[in-house]
Amino acid sequence: MAEPATATQAAAPAVPLLKDELDIVIPTIRNLDFLEMWRPFFEPYHLIIVQDGDPSKTIKVPDGFDYELYNRNDINRILGPKASCISFKDSACRCFGYMVSKKKYIYTIDDDCFVAKDPSGKAINALEQHIKNLLSPSTPFFFNTLYDPFREGADFVRGYPFSLREGVPTAVSHGLWLNIPDYDAPTQLVKPLERNTRYVDAVLTIPKGTLFPMCGMNLGFDRELIGPAMYFGLMGDGQPIGRYDDMWAGWCVKVICDHLGLGVKTGLPYIYHSKASNPFVNLRKEYKGIFWQEEIIPFFQQSVLPKDCTTVQKCYIELAKQVKEKLSKVDPYFDKLADAMVTWIEAWDELNPAGASLGNGKAA
Amino acid sequence: MRTPPSLLSLTIDSAVINLSNITDLSPLPDHILIDLFLRTLRAGKLTERVLKLFIATGKDEVHSLIQALNIQVIVTPVLPTKIKDDEIDIVIGAVSSDMTAFMNEWRPIFSRFHLIIVKDPDLKEELKIPEGFNLDVYKKSDIDRMVGSSTSILFSGYSCRYFGYLVSRKKYIVSVDDDCLPARDNKGFLVDAVAQHITNLRTPATPFFFNTLYDPFSEGADFVRGYPFSLRSGVKCALSCGLWLNLADHDAPTQALKTRQRNSRYVDAVITVPARALAPISGINIAFDREVVGPALVPALRLAGEGKFRWETMEDIWSGMCVKVVCDHLGLGVKSGLPYVWRTDRGDAIASLKKEWEGVKLMEEVVPFFQSVRLPRTATTAEDCVIEVAKAVKEQLGSTDPVFARAAGAMLDWVKLWKSVGSSSSPPGV
Repeated sequence: MAEPATATQAAAPAVPLLKDELDIVIPTIRNLDFLEMWRPFFEPYHLIIVQDGDPSKTIKVPDGFDYELYNRNDINRILGPKASCISFKDSACRCFGYMVSKKKYIYTIDDDCFVAKDPSGKAINALEQHIKNLLSPSTPFFFNTLYDPFREGADFVRGYPFSLREGVPTAVSHGLWLNIPDYDAPTQLVKPLERNTRYVDAVLTIPKGTLFPMCGMNLGFDRELIGPAMYFGLMGDGQPIGRYDDMWAGWCVKVICDHLGLGVKTGLPYIYHSKASNPFVNLRKEYKGIFWQEEIIPFFQQSVLPKDCTTVQKCYIELAKQVKEKLSKVDPYFDKLADAMVTWIEAWDELNPAGASLGNGKAA
Repeated sequence: MRTPPSLLSLTIDSAVINLSNITDLSPLPDHILIDLFLRTLRAGKLTERVLKLFIATGKDEVHSLIQALNIQVIVTPVLPTKIKDDEIDIVIGAVSSDMTAFMNEWRPIFSRFHLIIVKDPDLKEELKIPEGFNLDVYKKSDIDRMVGSSTSILFSGYSCRYFGYLVSRKKYIVSVDDDCLPARDNKGFLVDAVAQHITNLRTPATPFFFNTLYDPFSEGADFVRGYPFSLRSGVKCALSCGLWLNLADHDAPTQALKTRQRNSRYVDAVITVPARALAPISGINIAFDREVVGPALVPALRLAGEGKFRWETMEDIWSGMCVKVVCDHLGLGVKSGLPYVWRTDRGDAIASLKKEWEGVKLMEEVVPFFQSVRLPRTATTAEDCVIEVAKAVKEQLGSTDPVFARAAGAMLDWVKLWKSVGSSSSPPGV
């Protein structure tokens, strides 16, 4: 039976890796009580809180954390008309945090995710594992049957070509969840009691050309390598769809990573997901997505980016063009989404001009 | 002088070995039934199905024995599909002569099944195989008789197991190297590698989209949010590649560099290798659907300096790439992960380094070739596909190194053999 670790069990590492190079982005609409449990692991890092919903509500951040907080008013103020690309009443708003961050790495986590325990009972420092994943190469061109060859105690297997053993830079580290698994609404309705208790002690690179469902609950990425592609789409209030924000970003990210020769890892670390959302509410949000994904997946699988798309922004703009061309006929929503994708890139480039220095931003 | 066993005793022994073929025990007289029951117990073959057979006879003595011995039917985890023992052949290539420890360690798992043991034709010593198994042993004389010496395929060394694939008549084959023993999982239980392989083969594979919770058909798992529903029925799984604890399947340079490294990480997952992703498929611990992909496991790539240690071979890696390309073309799946076996320490990586370099260099050509090979739509069977791949090997790699030209020839010979020998039944000679 999976159980979360308690705050007293969590032991902070002696030297927090990438302390000044990583921001933790947390979307919230309720409260941030969960941070107490993460304190030993998160306290050394700078937090970016994106407050969704009613901006007049005050979200209390536990003492001792260094943070900047943005509510809807801030988003509108900072982006002006471009704020239309940031979702409202959906955790997709978190991508605003990616945009305003000035750091090289981002870790994002949901506010109902707690510290998990490994099979020996030890509290898992999820952030540390994500950093390890991001700092070691990926191997997308050939599948290693012993999983991540750069982990301690592992290596490449017989037959793995030596010329491919250097690997490529890792752009994304996708973590998993114990307890409440990330199922869609129909599966939740059929299996309301199923809990993920299987701790799979592996990290692996998702091969080039293979798409996957990227969950935003426990996600790390290299903002410099792939940041502009991490747009979480138009969801929530006023939109026909929800709970596909991270999926959309994941498909865009994977196509672009494959094109640019970057790696995506999945597997460890695990967090403990405590809250099962209402499956009927979820069904209403996902309903259209379940049908649309049958068109969306072949679209991404067949998408080819031209050779002159050499930066993430160029790739993303090209993808937006293809979305408008090929997916608008599925639903006019995609027309809007394609426009929002372009707006996002414009906003990103405005807030992140080339040559800007790293450092904590301040909610002015 | 030892008294020879009676005819009755021999008959009962034979019944114990062939329990999987028996469906009704009620015609047996009571005293024979009891004797059979006790011998079944001693041989470790009392499974749930067999117990039910005995209970179904309705005989009081059997019932009292069961009570007295406190035998209970344990509710085992339900596997998605039932394993029919008579659909499986276990093929072992004997590269070492003394199989006593190997067979005895595997007895709890292997004794239900029919085994095909193929002796490496180069092995001079007689094979030592313990009693109590339902098996057929093939030696050099059998191989020569059945395929003749005119074919270019050599079944020597690790490739001897392919002969077993050829003569098998079963749907599924499970094959492990003869230096591997059953492993224990994280909870300390013995891993039934055969059951896990068959589960992998009997549940669908999902090569077109990656499921982040790994095999969605395993207990306690499912497809995650965002997985297209049209892809959730999956495709047939044709090949199951297991892993190894202790001595992992590293190449010689890696093992020589990390002499003391042993694999102790038990990763509790089965993954479908995505379509068009290639992987080095080790032959040390595999299972496959012989009816569907049998011809695609080809004994073709023989290194000039091939030896009697896995570090000195590449035949399985070549064969595995072939199978993956064929599976991708035919819309079949390949799984990797569980089950684990325990691979005993054997050989000297540094000594093998001298021979291994050849294989390591060849992989640099082999991988780009397989990544680029495309099969025509007209190739709709495994045989067709192998012929096409062989053609491509000859065209694209034949001039690079003579080993490839030979491999192409061997692949074509293999398909011919599969069509002739593979379709007629012939027991081994005495």
